[in-house]
Amino acid sequence: MYQYDPLDQKLVEQRVAQFRDQTRRFLAGELSEAQFLPLRLQNGLYMQKHAHMLRVAIPYGLISSTQLRTLATIARDFDRGYGHFSTRQNIQFNWVELEQVPEILAQLAQVQMHAMQTSGNCIRNTTADHFAGVAPDEIVDPLVWAELIREWSILHPEFAFLPRKFKIAISGAANDRAATLVHDIGIRAILGADRQPGFAISVGGGLGRTPMVGHVIREFLPWQHLLTYLDAILRVYNRYGRRDNKYKARIKILVKERTPEAFRDEVEAEWAHLVDGPGTVPAREVERITNRFLRPDYKQFAPEQHTPAQLAPGEPGFERWFARNVHPHRVPGYAAVTLSLKKTGVPPGDVSADQMDAIATLAERYCFGEIRVTHEQNLVFAHVEHGQLPSLWKELRALGLATPNIGLLTDIICCPGGDFCSLANAASIPVAQAIQERFEDLDTLHDIGELDLNISGCINACGHHHVGHIGILGVDKAGEEWYQVTIGGRQGDTASIGKIIGPSFSRAEIPDVIEQLIATYVDLRESDAERFVDVVQRTGLVPFKEAVYAHAD
Amino acid sequence: MPTLIDKTGRVTDDWIRAHADGPRPPPAAKVLVPLALYREDPTGWRACSGRLGLLLSPADDPQQIAAELEHLSLVAIEFPSFTDGRGYSIARLLRERHHWRGELRAVGEVLRDQLQSLARCGFDGFALSDGVDIDQALAAFADFDEHYQADALGNAPFERRGILETSRKPLVNHSA
Repeated sequence: MYQYDPLDQKLVEQRVAQFRDQTRRFLAGELSEAQFLPLRLQNGLYMQKHAHMLRVAIPYGLISSTQLRTLATIARDFDRGYGHFSTRQNIQFNWVELEQVPEILAQLAQVQMHAMQTSGNCIRNTTADHFAGVAPDEIVDPLVWAELIREWSILHPEFAFLPRKFKIAISGAANDRAATLVHDIGIRAILGADRQPGFAISVGGGLGRTPMVGHVIREFLPWQHLLTYLDAILRVYNRYGRRDNKYKARIKILVKERTPEAFRDEVEAEWAHLVDGPGTVPAREVERITNRFLRPDYKQFAPEQHTPAQLAPGEPGFERWFARNVHPHRVPGYAAVTLSLKKTGVPPGDVSADQMDAIATLAERYCFGEIRVTHEQNLVFAHVEHGQLPSLWKELRALGLATPNIGLLTDIICCPGGDFCSLANAASIPVAQAIQERFEDLDTLHDIGELDLNISGCINACGHHHVGHIGILGVDKAGEEWYQVTIGGRQGDTASIGKIIGPSFSRAEIPDVIEQLIATYVDLRESDAERFVDVVQRTGLVPFKEAVYAHAD
Repeated sequence: MPTLIDKTGRVTDDWIRAHADGPRPPPAAKVLVPLALYREDPTGWRACSGRLGLLLSPADDPQQIAAELEHLSLVAIEFPSFTDGRGYSIARLLRERHHWRGELRAVGEVLRDQLQSLARCGFDGFALSDGVDIDQALAAFADFDEHYQADALGNAPFERRGILETSRKPLVNHSA
């Protein structure tokens, strides 16, 4: 965990004071709705269907037990007793009163948290690999760099009013778990020839209305230059990104219109003026941030493998959970554990205040008081001793957080949808629940294997449907809710955008459609190792289309 | 008529805005000329005014006036809406790349809550929109004492942050 220094603390406190005054002026009629709107958005405050929604930043998904308890208190005192973890590793409260937001922010500031730039046309909360610092395939720990980017992006004087929102993700591992290629800027931390860290920089990825995979414009950027290079990209975008049409205002459109090569040349020309300037990162700043990250005091264990049967003999449920929810760790004797927020019947990503308190306590006992939020809307205990896995499993099971479905069909990414969000065309949570109910049988679920199913209630794609192996998108047809289905999307190193299988479906038809897609896959797969998305890639869409639409003929 | 301020208080605005269809201002006046209008007759504008200022729109490239800067007493940048952020980049380019040392004025929709960022990008004159309270506006320059980024005011974010002594107590597990 990064610990604020006095400068960080003063800044968040002054931000609270600033927003308190802005809210006061708005309520007093001194600021118009149009003038207040961007100010509240830059503090994560939306006006939704029924109430205000406050989105609190969880920088790169890392949160302490103390912070999580504060979120539980806020959920109880200012909301309806729960919060919703989003795909940007943030948490949203859906029922807050505007008048109370300054007080919520003040409570957050006391535990080194804020809601800055979780919305608005500015640089948003930077996301990172949820296994940062612990993954065996990690090349460079991205956390220090993610914090450096957090600080650089917060209240950047030049980039508060960009053409559109701007999202950055960073990964330092061989496998890209941060979906960097579908971000406005994607950063892959790598090692240079001299073993010094550097970054591969991609631009112009993103989901939404016009989904695109990003283009690498720099193969290797030495670490000292990270911030000046980001400044150069943002400056080119701020000056030339389209402002006449919000649907064409993201950087991906600029990159496409200019071509990635021409865009890169512009960035490099701008950067030539900034390189080695005052934004260059000195070694002592990296050292300062590194020193302010508290790290776990790991015990020494012999590097031996534990099978689930050895750890918890005669517990088939544990074995299943171990297979899906327990992940390797670079330190011998430790594992990372995913807490599933995708139990059937619970909206994906929702956590009650009581669960938050219980998770905070469990994290203190099992995971050094540290919790991570994943962009798949689950939580992670990143450093658990192997020997403690069985008892942790039992405690998580009692809390409803041990559903062994990580990476499986029911581990659905899902936006809040039409039940909450005023942008949505259609409900999404009830669709997720209907699918989860249909595939509740754990043996079937495990037999189907890895499958990303993502649902968005509208084209803004908060549920990342484009990169789901199966994607479901809510569309509006003459005032009715319909759902378009895509298959073959994927995130990671080989990110690709799913293809639409055909005409859209009613809400009631969706579980059947998913079942037909799955049955087709099971028929076609050549081995258990061949995943749904692999079969789609091998066979194309045709057999799936035929199966789904056959009954309609 | 907008109220002009600098960081310390109200300032008299004796500049006249030139318009394409308006009369030529009196010879000794201080005249702020939109760049497009200036381009029609640069020599004429330079010859006839007492003091010359150029008004840039957000789409203008500051590079194009780099050679004119020595003839100018004012550069103003238009904010058609306070949510159009292009003027911030133009200001930094003028200050940090083209070394403009004269007054750099924000005009258009200029509101209280953007003033400190505008100042950090190099603006030192602010033509406030109607209805903005001057005292509140002046207080805005002190909204934040600390900043993370390098800026046109010479903030050196990494200079002042020494490596503070931390407890460096590693994280441990608590027993139940």
